[in-house]
Amino acid sequence: MSRYLLRRLLIAVPSLLGISLVLYTVLALAPGDPFGELATNPNVPPEVAAALRTKFGLDDPVWLRYLHWLVAMLHGDWGFSFVSRVDVDQLIWQRLPVTLFVIGASQVLALSIALPVGVISATRPYSVFDQIANTLAFIGFSLPTFFTGILFILVFSITLHWLPFVFRADLAESGWRWYWEEFRQAAMPVAVLGLFQGASWTRYVRSAVLDVIRLDYVTTARAKGISEFAVVTKHVVRNALIPVVTLVALQMPAVFGGAIVTEQIFRIPGIGALLISSILANDTPVVMAVTFVFACLVILFNLIADVLYGWLDPRIAYR
Amino acid sequence: MFFMAGLTLASPTAEPPPLGSAGRALYVSPARETWWRFRRHRLAVLGLAILILMMLAVALGPLVWRVPINDIDFNAQLSGPTWAHPLGTDDLGQDVLARMLYGGRISLAVGLAAMLVAVVVGTIVGALAGMSRGAIDTALMWLTDLFLSLPQLPLLLLLIYLFRDPLKQLVGPELGVFLLIVVVIGGFRWMQVARLVRAQFLSLREKEFVEAARALGATKWRQVVRHILPNSLGPVIVAGTVDVAAAIIAESTLSFLGLGFPPDIPTWGRILYDAKDYLDIAPHWALVAGAAIFLAVLSINFVGDGLRDALDPRKVM
Amino acid sequence: MNEAHLRDLIAATKAGRISRRVFVRQVVGLGLTAPFASLLLAQAEVAAEPATFDYKPTKAGGGGPLKLLFWQAPTLLNPHFAVGTKDQEGSRIFYEPLAGWDSEGNLVPMLAEEIPDIENGGLSRDGMSVTWKLKKDVKWHDGQAFTADDIVFNWEYAADPASAATTIGSYKDIKVEKIDPLTVHIRFAKPTPFWADAFVGQRGMIIPKHLFGEYKGAKSRDAPANLKPVGTGPYRFVDFQPGDLVKGERNPDYHLPNRPHFDTIEMKGGGDAVSAARAVIQTGEYDYAWNMQVEDEILQRLEKDANAKGRVEIFESGNIEHIEINTTDPWTEIDGERSSLKTKHPLFSDPAVRKALALLVDRAAVQAHIYGRTGVATGNFVNNPPRYVSKNTHWEFSIDKANQLLDEAGWKRAADGIRAKDGKQLKLVYQTSINAPRQKNQAIVKQACQKAGIEVELKSVTASVYFSSDAANPDTNSKFYTDIQMFTTTMGEPDPGEFMRQFLSWEAASKENKWQGRNITRWRSEEYDSAYRASEGELDPVKRAALFIAMNDMVVGDPVVIPVVYRPRVSAISRRLRASLSAWDNDLWDVRNWYNEA
Repeated sequence: MSRYLLRRLLIAVPSLLGISLVLYTVLALAPGDPFGELATNPNVPPEVAAALRTKFGLDDPVWLRYLHWLVAMLHGDWGFSFVSRVDVDQLIWQRLPVTLFVIGASQVLALSIALPVGVISATRPYSVFDQIANTLAFIGFSLPTFFTGILFILVFSITLHWLPFVFRADLAESGWRWYWEEFRQAAMPVAVLGLFQGASWTRYVRSAVLDVIRLDYVTTARAKGISEFAVVTKHVVRNALIPVVTLVALQMPAVFGGAIVTEQIFRIPGIGALLISSILANDTPVVMAVTFVFACLVILFNLIADVLYGWLDPRIAYR
Repeated sequence: MFFMAGLTLASPTAEPPPLGSAGRALYVSPARETWWRFRRHRLAVLGLAILILMMLAVALGPLVWRVPINDIDFNAQLSGPTWAHPLGTDDLGQDVLARMLYGGRISLAVGLAAMLVAVVVGTIVGALAGMSRGAIDTALMWLTDLFLSLPQLPLLLLLIYLFRDPLKQLVGPELGVFLLIVVVIGGFRWMQVARLVRAQFLSLREKEFVEAARALGATKWRQVVRHILPNSLGPVIVAGTVDVAAAIIAESTLSFLGLGFPPDIPTWGRILYDAKDYLDIAPHWALVAGAAIFLAVLSINFVGDGLRDALDPRKVM
Repeated sequence: MNEAHLRDLIAATKAGRISRRVFVRQVVGLGLTAPFASLLLAQAEVAAEPATFDYKPTKAGGGGPLKLLFWQAPTLLNPHFAVGTKDQEGSRIFYEPLAGWDSEGNLVPMLAEEIPDIENGGLSRDGMSVTWKLKKDVKWHDGQAFTADDIVFNWEYAADPASAATTIGSYKDIKVEKIDPLTVHIRFAKPTPFWADAFVGQRGMIIPKHLFGEYKGAKSRDAPANLKPVGTGPYRFVDFQPGDLVKGERNPDYHLPNRPHFDTIEMKGGGDAVSAARAVIQTGEYDYAWNMQVEDEILQRLEKDANAKGRVEIFESGNIEHIEINTTDPWTEIDGERSSLKTKHPLFSDPAVRKALALLVDRAAVQAHIYGRTGVATGNFVNNPPRYVSKNTHWEFSIDKANQLLDEAGWKRAADGIRAKDGKQLKLVYQTSINAPRQKNQAIVKQACQKAGIEVELKSVTASVYFSSDAANPDTNSKFYTDIQMFTTTMGEPDPGEFMRQFLSWEAASKENKWQGRNITRWRSEEYDSAYRASEGELDPVKRAALFIAMNDMVVGDPVVIPVVYRPRVSAISRRLRASLSAWDNDLWDVRNWYNEA
């Protein structure tokens, strides 16, 4: 196992480089010019725009720009946003806490709904609980987040006046009140994302548990007189967790990447919003930095998932 | 005879094989058998019926219900269900039923096609990776990681700008956009299926029944198709249903960015998007579209459940 | 409307027979701007009326927080680099110009002691220079004194091409001299009838020399004060999260007494227009929301609620939502360029088709069912009193007439219902930005066209792409790769001369000038060109105005442009907030005077 791990880690570095090259090329080829806005202004002489382009190295060939970017990245210089004229890492740091908090909380919510509900549904297939849970799950992932978001706003903000719907990264309150206000404003976006995610995860958990629950060793365990609860938690769930681990690992990078639609609806200043506004403004350094971190996280979490498979199911052997 | 619930039997079905005219056991092909088992799953049959009904409705409906989809009538704005407009009207007074039927063709087609692309590609990649383990596994997982890291939006923009016009000229505007959207949406969802299938394969290939098959001389191909794949379909089927909903919704996100179908084509996702600002004024408009997506997802899921149970060698039907 | 009529109007205003407000409104209706109208009056020596805004609070502060909601938050806070109004508005909280434009088009002094005019000697009669007297005892937020050195510095900074300032257009053709610490003298290169451009309004905010002095030219982007503004404005800088939030606090040393009323100010960006309206009107989470591009029906419903915490404020502007007709062929590619000047549009070269299209826009429906109060049906760039209407520039909606025109011109209906002539079918692609009212507008036009045998395919492009000037992107409005397109011209430019350039033949957008040319329709007309050249040299503002009006008529009569509705600006504002809003300057131009009614 440790040899496998070592090998994977060693491979991770060139694979990350390869991915970063492809990402960079895609961004370079995508239509868009960060200084297009300057061109709107008929009074800015074309020479000025041209001078800026050379200064930022936009006229060099793609591979040269990639190398510059790579070298800078290795030195810890993440680049300079064309649009905001700040360092990219500053932009990302500003938005990281909010993103981690909101998206992270939603994933936790999703998991805490999906696991129990999925397991219970599977242990009582086609019962009333199962039917209701399934229906709710289907509704959950059939409705897009822009729709449920607005629905929640209409119900909780506008009709009931319980919750504010514009997210503020800086709350004026302090102490105990701060936590309360933070909870109030985060409740809806976290619920929207968490329920949407939890709906599809519930289905996966249910399916995975159903696959396992009919196996012989479960029957044996029951025959041994172990309580149903212990059977489920100690024998069934662990073996059913493989698809769940896969999914959670696939979703983890999104905790960094944010959720574009939800951030837009609730005006959350997260990294998803940064990404989309940078893409539309052709602010390549920001897009590159965010996607690169995202790529690192993807590789990292998929590696963790692979390792966990081995732990969950000892029969899986990596050679 | 059954002693307790959960007892697994060695043979695929609990019944004795049907006897032919000569009194000998009749050979039934696996496909036929699967269909028989499927038929016994009531909900699956119901799901299939709903799905077929929906497809017929969107295919033939516009021929029967001849109200035009873009007949603007300001006197009938946002009205609830009436005889003239059974599902009400939208903010321009256009008939919602007609728009749902017309847009349903596209939504269902996009949903199913994109889902098929994602599921087929994902299963193939996942199966290959799970079975081969060495360099191929690493290479395929690298590819999967690459696609997972790709920022969807810039790639989408790039693809659409590159291919929109050539495709338009090649196969016509509607089909061109349709192909592009299906490839794009399906292309961003296969990775999840691949990882799930690979995980299943990694676990299943070590199980005794596969080892037994190997010992009996089954080729790798036969191991996969006959033994491992049918058992790993659980997550694939769930992914299938989730992907249909996701594809229909993704299409509406694309048109929200101006990259999908033209704004006046009433796909279900688009109707939902147009109706969202009127939720407190005219909820029927959004509910209809949401319900349609929900029904499509529901029926596909039941079909999937039935398929899974029919294919599961251990399940007693 | 011609020169004689204009002179009559001016004389009538001077004699007091019509009020200044009515005059301004009529001039705006003719396709000119309110600031231009007030300059017309100033030149005729009609006394300026001071802006009357009743500021009630008797002390500064105590108003609590002021929360503003915009679609996008600024990404930088240096007014000379502002890309779009969001950056200007963000800067306007902290920086001030010498003067601003109110909603009537009057100049209101801010950092200037008084408005220069002929009487007080500030304005020279030959139109070659202006002298501004600066206000005394104005301090920057860090305590330093504001002097004429800062004005001179701003000119050097903005005029330097290496700074790549977006305001360069207002500063490159002038020379600024310091006369004494509180007086500056501006010399123009040639007689400039519209002198109130530099240091005025949106492009006139003044930045401090002592913080930016070392960052001229190529180093301009490195100045730390770019992100931490120090201005003279009513609020001081607190915090800035690019793309998200700008925060400020009350400036206790502000140079006007008892102002500002609010203790803190916050400008947040993001989201869509409908939820912004809800945030102000329904939940009261915010006090002000900018540019409500929302169907009037939704706005009215929000307002009508008895518990509504806000209302909708509609103020006049010169903006016209219009449809442009492509005079070139967007479907033929020549040298890698579509809509090339070397082509002619196969369908639109027939004037009958253009005129028929103009008859197929149901403006009444668009006004009644989409824009409501926020859009008034118009057939003109000129919304004017009947007396001055030219006979061939009124609006009409008639499918029958359109059918008749097309029949007469030889466009016969084929079996599929689409008209064709000489093998060319009447099929159009119609694009605009993504915006619910616009999509509805498109649907209405499409339906009418279908009834006339014209098939229309709709296309919508995301706004930040559509309005960008990305040379690589095929969907920008300047590339105009479709047959017709629709958007709003903003006449926020105080001088209509700028606006008129968009129909000059030498301004045609093409691959050569990277589609930066302002003439998107690529329309070429000798008559128009010569009228424009005449207006450039014309010192008499009345003659100039008459020329502009004639040029408007040409454009609409052709038609190369089909006006749809005249769009005033719409904001959502809390019930208690009192603010003076102007479409001729930033929304926040007068934020120092905003207060909450007790």
